[in-house]
Amino acid sequence: MRETPAPGVRPRAAVVRDALGVGVAVGLSGFAFGVTAAGVGISTLQACVLSLLVFTGASQFALVGALAAGGNPFTAAAGAFFLGTRNAFYGLRLSQLLKLPRPLRPLAAHWVIDETTAVALAQPDRRSARLGFTVTGLTLYVLWNLTTLLGALGAEAIGDTRAWGLDAAGPAVFLALLAPMLKTSTERAVAALALVLGLGFLPVLPAGVPVLIAALAAPVVLWMKGRRP
Amino acid sequence: MNVWIAIGITVVGCYAVKLAGLLVPAGALERPLVRRLAALLPVALLAALTAQQTFSTGSALVVDARAAGLAAAGLALLLRAPFLVVVAAAVVVTAGVRALGG
Repeated sequence: MRETPAPGVRPRAAVVRDALGVGVAVGLSGFAFGVTAAGVGISTLQACVLSLLVFTGASQFALVGALAAGGNPFTAAAGAFFLGTRNAFYGLRLSQLLKLPRPLRPLAAHWVIDETTAVALAQPDRRSARLGFTVTGLTLYVLWNLTTLLGALGAEAIGDTRAWGLDAAGPAVFLALLAPMLKTSTERAVAALALVLGLGFLPVLPAGVPVLIAALAAPVVLWMKGRRP
Repeated sequence: MNVWIAIGITVVGCYAVKLAGLLVPAGALERPLVRRLAALLPVALLAALTAQQTFSTGSALVVDARAAGLAAAGLALLLRAPFLVVVAAAVVVTAGVRALGG
């Protein structure tokens, strides 16, 4: 994510440039989602419905990955849902920052994701924040859906997606989202414990369940920190 | 059919949490513990998912070309490469290792 210059009144062009940079770069990775979905047997229509109506990348990759691993629809959806809960907290901050008119909120809600929040929060004033949110949301939404379709269709033409290494795209996306979150020892401890739980329970529990158990790393680490003076 | 059920639940659930954030009065989600947990939950999930999708096939733990691809992505992240370059590095290295018979 791009650094923003010192606070002050920002020219519209600078806001639009930031927004487009993020929107285009991340929007294009819809291609990886389309290919991944097709590679695990999700139909083109299903992949496109996910990108159009879910529109939060990590949840989409998680759902597709869990279904591919043979998870039942409820545990698969639960993992995707828990990953999506962070968007509620983004929305909370954005509602104060953007002060959108009530009728607009149900529409704007669909675009409340990591990238639009990051761009909007980086702006020094409300006008720039609204502009950044809108331009990032629009670019990312259009490109993400377009490239999902192309990826899903292209996967058939490509043939064996594994030979092209495209099964590594999903975990790479997760890692890229995770890396900036690992700021303190608490976050690293949560990640490490989740990794051990996620891999440790994988061979013995039904698909999708180990991820939900790994999510417990968050309250467990918080509780252990709370006990330590 | 199972896939459509999962998609339906995910669509409704993910939209509901997005909308909740915009509509809920600020105080309700502002408790420090709730905020801490909300920030840490994605960390746990992303770490577990990254590990699983790199080191497993079905319910078996495996180390294959994806591990090399993910290492490349990690290196690209350390070098502060843009998002697309990180993903591309993982894909290219994984494909390369497989082409070499890894």
